[in-house]
Amino acid sequence: MRCETRSRPSRRDVLAGATAAGAVLAAPAIVRAQAKALKVAVVLPRSGLFAAAGQSCHRGAVVAPKVLADLGYAVELINIDFESNVDVARTQTERAIAEGAQAVVGAFESGATLAMAQVCEQRKVPLVINIASVPQLTEQGYQYLVRNFLTNAQLVGNGLKLVKDLMAATNVQFKNAVFVHANDTFGTAQRAAMDKLFPAAQMPFPLVESIAYDPKAQDLAVEVTKIRAVAPELVLVTTRSSDAIKLVRDMVRQRYEPKAIISPGSPGLYDEEFYQALGPLADFHIFNLPWANAKSPVTQALAAAYKTAHPSNRFEVDCFNAGFTFEAIMIAADAFKRAGTADGPTLMKAVKATDIAEHVMTGGPIRFDEKGQNNDIQASVVQNRNRTPTVVLPPEVAVAAPVLPMPPWQGRS
Amino acid sequence: MLSIWLNVVVQGILTGLLYGLMALGLSVIFGVVRLVNFAHGEFAVVAMYAAFVLFRAFGLDPLIAMLPIALAFFVVGFALQRTLINAFVGRPEHEQFILLVGVAIVLVNAVLIVFGPDAQPANLPYAFDSYMIGPLLVDKVRVYAAVAALAVCAALFGFFRFTRTGTAIRACADNLVGAAVVGLDVRKLYAITFGIGLACVGAAGSLMITIADAVPSLGPAYTLLAFTIVIIGGLGSMAGALVAGLLIGVSEALAGFLIAPSMKSMFSFALLVAVLVLRPQGLLGKKPA
Repeated sequence: MRCETRSRPSRRDVLAGATAAGAVLAAPAIVRAQAKALKVAVVLPRSGLFAAAGQSCHRGAVVAPKVLADLGYAVELINIDFESNVDVARTQTERAIAEGAQAVVGAFESGATLAMAQVCEQRKVPLVINIASVPQLTEQGYQYLVRNFLTNAQLVGNGLKLVKDLMAATNVQFKNAVFVHANDTFGTAQRAAMDKLFPAAQMPFPLVESIAYDPKAQDLAVEVTKIRAVAPELVLVTTRSSDAIKLVRDMVRQRYEPKAIISPGSPGLYDEEFYQALGPLADFHIFNLPWANAKSPVTQALAAAYKTAHPSNRFEVDCFNAGFTFEAIMIAADAFKRAGTADGPTLMKAVKATDIAEHVMTGGPIRFDEKGQNNDIQASVVQNRNRTPTVVLPPEVAVAAPVLPMPPWQGRS
Repeated sequence: MLSIWLNVVVQGILTGLLYGLMALGLSVIFGVVRLVNFAHGEFAVVAMYAAFVLFRAFGLDPLIAMLPIALAFFVVGFALQRTLINAFVGRPEHEQFILLVGVAIVLVNAVLIVFGPDAQPANLPYAFDSYMIGPLLVDKVRVYAAVAALAVCAALFGFFRFTRTGTAIRACADNLVGAAVVGLDVRKLYAITFGIGLACVGAAGSLMITIADAVPSLGPAYTLLAFTIVIIGGLGSMAGALVAGLLIGVSEALAGFLIAPSMKSMFSFALLVAVLVLRPQGLLGKKPA
């Protein structure tokens, strides 16, 4: 028998209930939009394969709130370690946004950044890329993403141009070259850019072979034997710090001495880990990358705060990772200040309209094209000297003259 | 060009000897206790860190530190088997698997807490030296590590062949019921075997630090490598582990040189699949009765 005593809800009850439910559901968004400081999730690989670089980026993030506060910006950071694992990057970004993050910064590694971009796009939360270069990031039509970093093509293109400048400045010629790269997302994208741009760059030497390696390999002895078999005068590399160590170590063991080891735009050769593991053998390697502009007052402020917060680390070594990470947070903070709200679409509109003249890294004002790419980042030729990255070209920013060919392994002290 | 080929093969042999030693511990434990140590690679990583600490703190060369580390690992293995693992001997394999994966997770995280995620190189004074023997150019560290690995293997084979305890352990492996009937203390022999297995991996880890940097995340890769070698060589066959180690070392080196270095680990797995299809008991393993 059915009970007929239960009353049916009136239209007024339904409307009141719907209003209350709507208020509850919208509350986080309203709170988010009205926040006084922007909550930024900084997602980095602080452990695992990319830990050294991730920690270096993190050191830049840690000092950002104080430096930005002095510049009139208000940010609150949620620091997240994605363990060099793409799936963890995706789930941690989801979680951070669910817990109130209003903007996301990251992630140093291209594969993880691609995963995070999908999450940010779905949740309509701006993603400001600190370091990640695969072209897909700005070519797949993401609306909630900007990249304050070079694409693979820009890295390799600038890198090759600077190799020519270096040859002209030192009057050293190379007969041939090989390109050695990790077979991860970044490395294979660099390879694609190299295959496309090397012939177009009309380099005065041939690229005789490209050799891919597994960055997780415990040594690179076979890879170096393969390089030795070709005997190139120039070794172009795309590495991370741990495999850059293995590469140089096996070159020394196999007594293979090219005229130069040059990275046309990759990490690895300038990490503290690299200097500590190789000592004097870490010197004279060259990398063509954007570097910190020592003349900028923002760089000086960041360097001062960095030295206080991390007395056992060197800003001169960390400035690439720390600088780009700081700039990404600054872009989000600046947009928030101009937009006056953390509401996703409005904040993103402000991010895309960024125009910051005074910042940390070399290059013109930070601005983004319609795809969200900053096309005005300049690269320099940086050479390791006494285990310190030293800008050697172009002359207007150089603090020392380049040394080429590099001195023999034996006899370095 | 011939010299390059020779170099590649010799590098493969030297690396393969280390692989063989690493897998030997796993093979010994499985051959007697019938339990797969899924924390094998993580124990190797702990040994790498132990050798790293002894070198950095006391200047003790890993080739010498290998002895106290192996001894300490023997004690740890003996105690671990007596207190924790013995209860799982004879229980379903998935329970053993979960137990040892748990041990592995504890070890990796302990290492992460103490040393952090960064790679730790030993930076031995001879780390960059090499020998030039005719057309051959071989790394000093690799030669030293391979010779030490051979010495450890020889000592282990000698122990099992010529000592009473070794003979008793072999008896346990061949016929457990018979061994118990004649009065052998099987539980104690199991503990000794587990201790020997860990001593092997302790020695292998100490030698590994001479050619590779210590990183906490290496553990699963080493477990997988040892497991692959043991299956190719034949589960429980010590000689098989050594042969398979050499085979994988050389095939990886040749594949890396001839085809693509980034594909070299694929060849060890291709070898594994081929052995599983053509000779499921492994190269030197016995067919199940």
